[in-house]
Amino acid sequence: MDISELLTIAEHERTMRRPTCIRCCTALGCQSAGSLSLKQRLEEAVAEVDRTDIEVIGVGCMGMCGHGPLVRVDPDGVLYEHVHAADAPSIVAALDGGDATAPRGDPQHPFFTLQKRIVLENSGIIDPERIESYIAAGGYQALYCVLHDMTPAEVIDVVTRSGLRGRGGAGYPTGLKWATVAKSHGDRKYVVCNADEGDPGAFMDRSIIESDPHKILEGMAIAAYAVGADQGYVYVRAEYPLAIQRLQRAIAQARRLGLLGAQIFDAGFTFRIDIRVGAGAFVCGEETALMASIEGRRGQPRPRPPYPAESGLWGRPTLINNVETFANIPPIIRNGAEWFAAIGAEHSKGTKVFALTGKIRHTGLIEVPMGVTLRQIVEEMGGGVPEGRVKAVQTGGPSGGCIPAALLDTPVDYESLQRVGSIMGSGGMVVMDDATNMVDVAHFYMEFCKDESCGKCIPCRAGTAQMLHMLNLIRSGQATAADLARLEQLCIMVKETSLCGLGQSAPNPVLSTMKYFREEYEAFVRDEGLAG
Amino acid sequence: MAARTFTIDDQLISAREGETILQAAREHGISIPTLCHLDGVSDVGACRLCLVEIEGSRALRPACVTPVVEEMVVRTDTERLREYRRMIIELLFAERNHVCAVCVANGHCELQDLAIAVGMDHVRFDYAFPRCDVDISHPLFGIDHNRCVLCTRCVRVCDEVEGVHTWDVAGRGADARVITDMRQPWGEARSCTSCGKCVLACPTGAIFRRGATVGEMERDRNKIAYIVAAREQRW
Ligand SMILES: Cc1cc2nc3c(=O)[nH]c(=O)nc-3n(C[C@H](O)[C@H](O)[C@H](O)COP(=O)(O)O)c2cc1C
Ligand code: SF4
Ligand code: SF4
Ligand code: SF4
Ligand code: FES
Ligand code: FES
Repeated sequence: MDISELLTIAEHERTMRRPTCIRCCTALGCQSAGSLSLKQRLEEAVAEVDRTDIEVIGVGCMGMCGHGPLVRVDPDGVLYEHVHAADAPSIVAALDGGDATAPRGDPQHPFFTLQKRIVLENSGIIDPERIESYIAAGGYQALYCVLHDMTPAEVIDVVTRSGLRGRGGAGYPTGLKWATVAKSHGDRKYVVCNADEGDPGAFMDRSIIESDPHKILEGMAIAAYAVGADQGYVYVRAEYPLAIQRLQRAIAQARRLGLLGAQIFDAGFTFRIDIRVGAGAFVCGEETALMASIEGRRGQPRPRPPYPAESGLWGRPTLINNVETFANIPPIIRNGAEWFAAIGAEHSKGTKVFALTGKIRHTGLIEVPMGVTLRQIVEEMGGGVPEGRVKAVQTGGPSGGCIPAALLDTPVDYESLQRVGSIMGSGGMVVMDDATNMVDVAHFYMEFCKDESCGKCIPCRAGTAQMLHMLNLIRSGQATAADLARLEQLCIMVKETSLCGLGQSAPNPVLSTMKYFREEYEAFVRDEGLAG
Repeated sequence: MAARTFTIDDQLISAREGETILQAAREHGISIPTLCHLDGVSDVGACRLCLVEIEGSRALRPACVTPVVEEMVVRTDTERLREYRRMIIELLFAERNHVCAVCVANGHCELQDLAIAVGMDHVRFDYAFPRCDVDISHPLFGIDHNRCVLCTRCVRVCDEVEGVHTWDVAGRGADARVITDMRQPWGEARSCTSCGKCVLACPTGAIFRRGATVGEMERDRNKIAYIVAAREQRW
C-alpha cells in the first residue's frame, strides 16, 4: 500500500456515492431500540420504489441516543427520531414530498449546534463496518504522513504542543507520557488502548469504538511509531460485544490492506494489534491491574512506581492511553498542534466527550470544547430536567463527586472541576433533580466501589465495606452526629492510604455530598440523647 | 554498591543503593509496623501499615516498596500516621471474626502485637460478623478464614519459596478468600507438599498446625528468610 493506492480507495468510495443518503444509526443504543430491522426496512423501501439514486447506510452514534432510533437523510440533513420499522416507506416517500410518519428531530437544537466534533467527527457519518468509508473520510492519511514525513521525536513534539491530556480520568499530559515511553529502554515495547470503561452510566468509549473503530487503530499505530512499539492491545470488556465485533472486523480489514502488520506503507514499520477481552471488573481499568489481566494474572493493581512507561507488560516499557485519547491523535496530526491548542480552555485543550444521562430531557453522547459551563451542557444542550429543578450534576463516576446546582457556572476543565470537589473523569455526567436524595446517591456509588474493590489492600477492602455499612445506618435513622464525623474521618483515611485509584477516590462521592448537602445527612441523624 | 544517606525521624541514616526505607529503618533499629511484609518473599504493598510521610510530598508512601533516595526526609511516626494505622487495625478486627480468647495463635499473633503497638484499645467500627469456614481436610494443617487478614504471605511463600503455588486469592473485596489449588479443600489440593512454610508465614491463627496447643503455635518466621538466604549463598 502506498499513498496513491490509499487515495484511489478514497476516490472510488466517493464516486460510488449516491446523491441521497439515508443514514441509520446502528450503534448499540439504537440497535437495542430496533434500528437493525429499521435499516433493513429502509433498504427494502428503497428497492420497492426502484430508486438507484438513494443509498441506505448503517452509521455510528449520532448523539441523541435517548431519542433513538435516529435516521438522517442527507444532503438535506433531515433528522427523524423514535423511528419504527413501519415508518421506513414513508421516509423514502418523503423524498418526493409528503410527510414521513416518524417525528422530526431538530438538527439546529443546541444539543447539536453547541458541540464541537473532533473525536466524533466521523461518528454518525461513516459506516463503521467498512474501512473504505473511513479512508474516504481521510482516514490513515495521518499515519502515512507520520511514517514518511516525520521522525518519532517530531510526532511526540506535535502531541506535546497540542496540549492533549489523557481522557481516561486523571488528565496526565499525553505528550509527556509518550516521551517517557520513547526514552525507556526495552527489547520490545507495547501500546495498550484502555477500553475497559467500568464507570456506571458511561458509554463514551464504547460508542467511539462502535462508531469509528479505525480511528483508534490509526491513533494507536501513530503512537506505536512514536514510542517504538511493535505490538498493541485493545483491552475491552466482554459486555461490549458490538464494540469487540467491530474492532475485530476493523483489524482484519486494516491488515488486509497492509495498514497494520509488517511494512506498513512500505516504511519499515511493523505494528500488530490484538484484542484482549476483560471480564468486566472496574478495577481492571486501573493500568497496573489491566496489565496483570492482559498477562493472564489476577487483575489487581500493584504499587507504582515503577510506572508502565518504564516497566509495563512483561516488564517492558508500555504506553497506556484511553480510547478517546487515541481518537484525538489522527486529527491532531492532520491539523497540527496549533489548531488543537487553540480549542478549549487554558490548561485543558481540545474537546471532551460526555455521556449525558440522568434526569434530563435529552440524554446521549456529546462532544464539547473544554471550558463550556455545566449550565450550558445541562440547560441548553440537555434541555434541563423534565420536572422540577436541577439539584446537582455528578461527574467522574465513582471516582468523582456531585456538583450542586449553585455551581452550574463552573467551566468544564480539569482544574475547575477539581476545585469544586469533583473530577473530569472519563466522561460520565449524571444530572440529578430535586427529588434525588444525595445520601442515596453516595450510597449507590459506595455500594459500587465496595463490590468492585479488588480486596488487595485493607483500607479499600475493609474501608468501603465499613463506609457502606455506616451509610446504611445513616439511611435507616440509626446513626448519630458522632457517626457522621467518624464516616468523614474514615473517608479521608481511605483516600490517603489506599493502594490504587479505586480506593483513593471511592470516598469522593461521600465527601462531596457531605460538603454540599450536609443537611440531608443530618436529617437522618437521630437525636444524640437517644444514642446508647 | 553506592551508599545513600537520608533522614528518618530526624536521625541521619546510611543505606545501600536499592534498599527500601523499611530495610534501612530496621537495620538502624527504627521500627515501622508491617503486616504483609515477610522477609524472604516479594513485597506487595498491600496492608498499608508501613506508610510513611516523605517531606515535599502529600502522598504517603509504603516503606516496604519505596527505595531510599539520597537526602530524602522520612517521618514514620506522625500523629496522622499513628491514627491511620490504628484505623487500619480496627478495620481488620471488624472485618472478620477475631476472637482472641479462643484462637490458637493467642499470644503469638502479629495482629495482636500490632494492635498493642499502635495503641488500639477498642474498635470504633461495627463488627461485620461474616460467615467464614474452617477447612481441616489437610491431615497436618488447617485454615480458619475467620482469622485471615488476606496478607497473602501464604500465597507468596508457597509460590516463591516452596515453588508450588498451592495458595491463591479468589473473589473480590470483602468476599475475597485465600484458596488452595482450584478452590478444592486443602486436603485434596494435589500441589501441596505439606512443607509447612505457609504455617510459618501466616501472621495470625488463620493457618495452623492441627493438634498444636496455643503454646506450640509460636512461629519462627526468620526461617523463611533463612531458607532463602541459604539457597542464594549455595547457588
Ligand atoms: C479504578 C480505576 C479504573 C479506571 N478505569 C479506566 C477505564 O475504564 N478507562 C480508562 O481509559 N482509564 C481508566 N482508568 C485510568 C487508567 O488507569 C489510566 O490512567 C488511563 O487509562 C491512562 O490513559 P490516559 O492517559 O489516556 O488518560 C482507571 C483508573 C482507576 C484507578
Ligand atoms: S485501592 Fe481497592 S482496588 Fe485498589 S488495590 Fe486497594 S483494594 Fe484493590
Ligand atoms: S504446606 Fe507448603 S506446599 Fe502446602 S500450601 Fe503450605 S506452603 Fe504450600
Ligand atoms: S491465611 Fe494467613 S498468611 Fe494467608 S492471607 Fe490469610 S492471614 Fe495471610
Ligand atoms: S446510539 Fe444511536 S444515536 Fe447514539
Ligand atoms: S508492609 Fe508495606 S504495605 Fe504491608
